[in-house]
Amino acid sequence: MLHSLAPLPFALPLMMAALLMGLSRFVPRWLTDAIALVTGALVTVVCVILLMGSANQPIVYWFGGWTPHQGVALGVAFVVGPLGAGLASLAALLVTAALLFSVKYFEAVGAVYHVLMLSFLGAMCGFSLTGDLFDLFVFFELMSAVAFALTAYRTEEKGPLQGALNFAIINTVGAYLVLCGIALVYARTGALNFAQIGRALSAGPSDGLVTMAFVLIACGFLIKAAIVPFHFWLADAHAMAPTPVCVLFSGVMVELGVYGVARVYWTMFAGTFGPHMVAIRGILIGFGAATAILGAIFCVSEEHIKRLLAFSTISHVGVLITGLGLLTPLGLAGAAVYVLGHGLVKASLFLGAGILLNQFQTASETELFGRGRHLVVLGGMFLVGGLALAGLPPFGTALGKGMIEAAASKAGDAWLSAVIIVASALTGGAVLRVAGRVFLGLGQPEGQPDQAGADDEAEQPESARQLRTPMVMLLPALVLLAGALASGLVPNIAMRTEQAAGAFINQRGYSQVVLNGAARLASNGPLIPTGPDLSEVAGGLGSTTAAVLVGLLAIYRRQLPAAVCRAASRHLEPPLQRLRGLQSGDVRDYAAWLTFGVATMGLAFAFAVH
Amino acid sequence: MSLLPWFVVVWLFAVGLYGIVTSRDLIHQVICLTVIQSSTYVLLLAIGYRRGAAAPVFATLPSSSSAVDPVVQALALTDIVVEATVLALLLALTVQAGKRFGTIDPQQLHALRG
Amino acid sequence: MNAGQRQWFFGCSLAAFVGLLLWGVLGLPPLGHYRGPYGDAINQAVVAQRHATDAIAAVNFDYRGVDTIVEEFILFASVAGCTLLLRQQRDEEAGMARTRALEGRMGQTSAAVTALGLTLAVPVALLGWYVVTHGQLTPGGGFQGGTIMASGAVFLYLAGEYVTLRRLNPPPLLEVLEALGAGGYILIGFAGMATGAAFLQNVLPLGRVGQVNSAGTIWVISMSVGMEVAAAFVLLATEFMEQALDLRQRRRI
Repeated sequence: MLHSLAPLPFALPLMMAALLMGLSRFVPRWLTDAIALVTGALVTVVCVILLMGSANQPIVYWFGGWTPHQGVALGVAFVVGPLGAGLASLAALLVTAALLFSVKYFEAVGAVYHVLMLSFLGAMCGFSLTGDLFDLFVFFELMSAVAFALTAYRTEEKGPLQGALNFAIINTVGAYLVLCGIALVYARTGALNFAQIGRALSAGPSDGLVTMAFVLIACGFLIKAAIVPFHFWLADAHAMAPTPVCVLFSGVMVELGVYGVARVYWTMFAGTFGPHMVAIRGILIGFGAATAILGAIFCVSEEHIKRLLAFSTISHVGVLITGLGLLTPLGLAGAAVYVLGHGLVKASLFLGAGILLNQFQTASETELFGRGRHLVVLGGMFLVGGLALAGLPPFGTALGKGMIEAAASKAGDAWLSAVIIVASALTGGAVLRVAGRVFLGLGQPEGQPDQAGADDEAEQPESARQLRTPMVMLLPALVLLAGALASGLVPNIAMRTEQAAGAFINQRGYSQVVLNGAARLASNGPLIPTGPDLSEVAGGLGSTTAAVLVGLLAIYRRQLPAAVCRAASRHLEPPLQRLRGLQSGDVRDYAAWLTFGVATMGLAFAFAVH
Repeated sequence: MSLLPWFVVVWLFAVGLYGIVTSRDLIHQVICLTVIQSSTYVLLLAIGYRRGAAAPVFATLPSSSSAVDPVVQALALTDIVVEATVLALLLALTVQAGKRFGTIDPQQLHALRG
Repeated sequence: MNAGQRQWFFGCSLAAFVGLLLWGVLGLPPLGHYRGPYGDAINQAVVAQRHATDAIAAVNFDYRGVDTIVEEFILFASVAGCTLLLRQQRDEEAGMARTRALEGRMGQTSAAVTALGLTLAVPVALLGWYVVTHGQLTPGGGFQGGTIMASGAVFLYLAGEYVTLRRLNPPPLLEVLEALGAGGYILIGFAGMATGAAFLQNVLPLGRVGQVNSAGTIWVISMSVGMEVAAAFVLLATEFMEQALDLRQRRRI
């Protein structure tokens, strides 16, 4: 019974999307909303059941009944493990929340919106659960195509069109990179199944073809994950896409890029890259740390709330890559918990930004100064959200951060903890600054709002104004934030995730289960449940305090002594302006950076492996 | 001679990327994506080729005869459909962008900056 | 970055990228030496296991049927996205009136083109249907045949009969056909599960090799996909044609 649930998370939303398309002219809006919401909720439930059912043993589902024959896989398999199912559950939960939010957010929207959202859900679930390389690629493409269409939803304006074009061109080049990598892997191994490829590659040398295959596939997914220097499209897309769509982009879509890299590395390339782990760790951590810091810097210097949140996403994905890049179960588990906590918090913050946009028809922090004083609940949410992003225990983000830092110390890279703390402090501080200025009216009102992100036109409203924030818009945001708190409190979540991560990286065990029908993955022995680690809690409180300081500094920066202000503007302004100028909105620059990034990653891996 | 397809793949990818980065026309950029796409087709189909073998259609051939790889052809077919539709989406975006901005020169799209 | 800086930056990056790609690609065996197990395993088993003589269609619709579902839905979602981006008029009546007015401005198509277009439209559509229904026997299948069927509609447009085309293929009908085709494929998958088998397992009778009605679900899926692809491409084509007519009118060409 559990076994036959495996195809549902991808098949059910897609079927419902087709149904809604066929019925779109005949059913009223409320029915479309209802069908979409029920589908989302059902898929969430199914994914959670799969999560719990696969905790000890992966669920292997062969489509078309094509079980492997003498170690050769003829068909496509879904291999459901706890990390993949957890990601699918997060995706389903966020889609349901976004659909609920959209009920009142969009006055009049055709069924096409719901069709696209459900297709997006099906794609994300399929991506997280599949065990086949080309299947991974097609789900990735479905996710991307729907994302392009949803970004350009407000076709009457210039911004969304340009944002969608930049997004689409850059991500499509990334998809072609992935496809080239897949072709190379297929040529070497003659297989498309993860387990079979892993076995074949581990038996052979890691020469130019294998190295470049990994670099191409990883870069394609890292473009989706918006790592520096592939990150330029994210700010454009987030600024222009409708808010419920941004919830999904930041909450789960970019994290799926990180998951893709992890899955590809651990099931296929870990065996052949084993001897070079130290060097590869260095490369991944380097990219991750650079992304975390740069994202945080851009985040703090933004005043448009949606772009600010987008840059903070980039910073947090950098932290995720460092967690993954440590190449240990603890690091991977920390990244997984961090994905959960961050996804929920970021989603609730984006929904909050959507409510602000809906009430005041603007998302500029400068224009909103002090206008949110009467929105107590929303203000509290932003405050708590900012603290959660900064790493306040016991939120899921704090737990994940702590686990990554512990893994870093164990691996001898303690400097990474400092990087993560700085990044969290800056991004959390930026959100706290927004909360303080908009909802508490602290500091001084600024002059002109920054012209970044809008040229001649003022920001066009996304939706008609509601007099009082409807409960159906506020409720999902609150529930998600509460979920982020709960995620850190689930008993033994750290231990269980570490166990799941241990199973995830066990390449030999994985291939035994998938190809030979072995009963269960050999585990590494029972882990001892530990209570909250004192140093982790201290680290979390430390970064939270730092974030509060950063926020206050940002709010009251005009009140600092004149000498400090002058020195800051003389030394910090020019490099900051140069950095921000790189985000030019011109896709040709982005494509040049993309080539640079792939070349750099390729050269680094070439040196690492040889 | 037998390495030619691989050189063609690299050349097409490079030319397509070059076209995107130096373009003054959105439609040209989208078509450069098609060029990159073609490099992936050449790569896939050349990988599956077997000299002296027949097409994998067994209507008149016995099953045991030597045939080329059908899997890469199926992959290429999937690839064509996927990329054609994404390109259609991109061209629709281009049409609308042309109407809103009045131009399809990427240098003059200025709705996003900083 | 200005253009000069970008050229230099990109030039250096591209040189490194090309070098790396060559390094990777030269690890491939030379052309003509395919070795892998996957293709051979399928070639040897396909006629016996599925009574289908076209191995590629069997791979697409049976062995790797899940990939094809997702591919079909990419088409489906992209066309939905294009509809979203290009649909100008919600109201169909006003749309038809506008189209008639536009057509009057299109000018006269040459009589030869009109004659050729009108005579070829239906045979091409029939050819497409033939390709769809014989996918499991000879090269072809739902995608190829569906595209050919859609070309029949394009012939009508080229013949200058856009209004006829719109009347024969109204967007609401096309959307329903598309949804039926896409949803139908998933339903076939679930139908397999209803009999206790796996999703997308080939549970229909396999028939005799070489007959049109053979290979079980491969034939049925091929037709469902053909319907969806044809509807999707006609819808796409009409959306773009509308835009072309609209732009032509604006520029008064």
